[in-house]
Amino acid sequence: MNAVFQNYKAILIAAIVILVALLSSVVIVPETHQAVVIRTGQPDRVFNQFRPELPYGQTGAGINWRIPFVEAVQMVDRRVLDLDMTRQQVLSNDQQRLQVDAYARYRIIDPVRMVERAGTEEQLESQLLPILTSVLRQELGRRPFSALINAERGTAMANITRTLDTQARNYGAQVLDVRIKAADLPEGRPLDAAFTRMETDRQEEAATIRAAGQRDAQITQAEAQAQAARIYADAYGKDPEFYDFYRAMQSYRQTFLAGEGNSAMVLSDDSEYFRQFRGKR
Amino acid sequence: MQRLVGWRERLGVAARGLAMAGKNNPWGGSGKGDEPGSDGGSGAGGSGGPDGPRNPWLPGGGEPGKRRSASIEDIFKGRGPEGPRRAGGGPGGPAFRLPERPGGKSWLPVIIGSVALIWVAASSVHFVQPGEQAVVTWLGGKYSDTLDSGTNFTAPWPINMVEKENVTQIRSEEIPGTNTEKLILTGDQNLVDLSYVVRWNISNLTLYKYQLADPRNALLEIGEAAMRAAVARKKLDEVLTGEGRAEIEQAVRERMQARLDAYRSGITVQGVEINKTDPPSRVEEAFKDVSSAQQDADAAVNRAQAIAQQVLARAQGDASEFNNIYAEYRLAPEVTRRRLYYETMESVLSKTDKTIVESGNVTPYLPLPELQRRAQTAAQPPRPQGE
Repeated sequence: MNAVFQNYKAILIAAIVILVALLSSVVIVPETHQAVVIRTGQPDRVFNQFRPELPYGQTGAGINWRIPFVEAVQMVDRRVLDLDMTRQQVLSNDQQRLQVDAYARYRIIDPVRMVERAGTEEQLESQLLPILTSVLRQELGRRPFSALINAERGTAMANITRTLDTQARNYGAQVLDVRIKAADLPEGRPLDAAFTRMETDRQEEAATIRAAGQRDAQITQAEAQAQAARIYADAYGKDPEFYDFYRAMQSYRQTFLAGEGNSAMVLSDDSEYFRQFRGKR
Repeated sequence: MQRLVGWRERLGVAARGLAMAGKNNPWGGSGKGDEPGSDGGSGAGGSGGPDGPRNPWLPGGGEPGKRRSASIEDIFKGRGPEGPRRAGGGPGGPAFRLPERPGGKSWLPVIIGSVALIWVAASSVHFVQPGEQAVVTWLGGKYSDTLDSGTNFTAPWPINMVEKENVTQIRSEEIPGTNTEKLILTGDQNLVDLSYVVRWNISNLTLYKYQLADPRNALLEIGEAAMRAAVARKKLDEVLTGEGRAEIEQAVRERMQARLDAYRSGITVQGVEINKTDPPSRVEEAFKDVSSAQQDADAAVNRAQAIAQQVLARAQGDASEFNNIYAEYRLAPEVTRRRLYYETMESVLSKTDKTIVESGNVTPYLPLPELQRRAQTAAQPPRPQGE
């Protein structure tokens, strides 16, 4: 072993040096990134720059070369990136408040400009976020509340996208779209008011239903009463005089027999019942 | 060797110091056993002393002529990288030697060759499971190929790197997670607590891998925006009753797919299903009250119908009773009338107290207090009853 090492020492050292040189000058650019080569502080060239028309495999990703120590490589994301805005309170033009949660999707199409003006992706994001927020506030603040909660925000989203895109292009980014994820009533007073309104709305509905039920019940009963009256009239109308007699008889029985409590009668002997009692004809 | 002994003696001194510190240790140690108040260790001190068993963790004092148990130093003395201590070999480290091949040559090239072979075989054959696909890249950079399921061959790692992913498996995302309330504004400015499931799979693995920074997050955000937009087009009742549900699901699916296609995300939305639509918990009582109001109304109508049936039946019964009697009465009016009168009077007067007063000049004395007293003894005051 030692002998081998001794004999080929020079060659081995040379091989190691070459290997190190090779490794430090090779840049492997993944498909998901663009590589900006910076030569002594000056962006020089870009590997795998975004071009929508090129299919994957022909975009320039993979093995690329740089001069070691002189050129530095900065990787910039090539994919569609997400700009997620924190929830913002937006005031509509009729002074109503709304919590808006929005996002934008963008792609870095000019990595050299991005590196020059923003630096890194994180810095780009922190540059774009306040722009998105202010554009959103401006654009939504021009509209009435009802238009904001409505899904048809009309030209608002297109305007916001356009304005943000113009700004983003200064940093080498292209904004694909801006969407409002959620537009909610703010916690506290407005939300409580909405709940109260929903509640009273339902209470009204419940009261209406109950009243309608009551009304239907009354109608049903009244109709039955009317029908019963007609039946009685049909029957009793044949002989009102006999009805009077018959009903009186029924009523006496009901009153004195079925009725509760004791009854005491003081009868005059000239009543009809005692006609025979007195022996008169 | 001489140097070594000296070192051992130095260590031995230190070890004695150590033993003093830990004289009550359970292995005996060098406890004198004359200290009062010391615990069990001193009791065993009788068998301790200089003749007691030694603590194997402490290096031996090296007293000659004494049989002693092996110390840790003895155990490791002849081992480890300082092996030459035992062998007394020269400088230059251990003479590591491979066993030789029968031909007298080294095994080394054979071992290196077979390791390389195994490595090539293991990293260039890929069994892609059914439903899976894999992207192949050169050195993790340039995209080379997409592998379908089956047995595939590539250049060995790291020349070709392979990433497998299940593409046919339907993934489902439940939004929001379990037991959280998610309030969404409806078109009539009401709130509804809604949860839904998005089912999706990967339709184009290359795009899925390379187009979006975080495809799943993008999917969720797009879904959220689409769902809220679709719900905002409907009235609360349409969302709650499920009448507009199918429409919402359809609209959300289409919107999501359109957005995802615009991003060239390589994702296909298989379906969007609304799991539940509930009124917000804070106003739930009011909503429940509406359905109980419906029940109440139905109950009132039912009760009225029962009463109506009773009234009608009663009327029909009364009428037919009257009709029957009247038919008889017509045959012999005077007699029937008298008969009815007397029968009624008979049964009525037979059950009542009767006082008959002769009309004319007699002034009757009515013992009204007594009548009242009698009336009071009854359980209930008599009430006048006219049907």
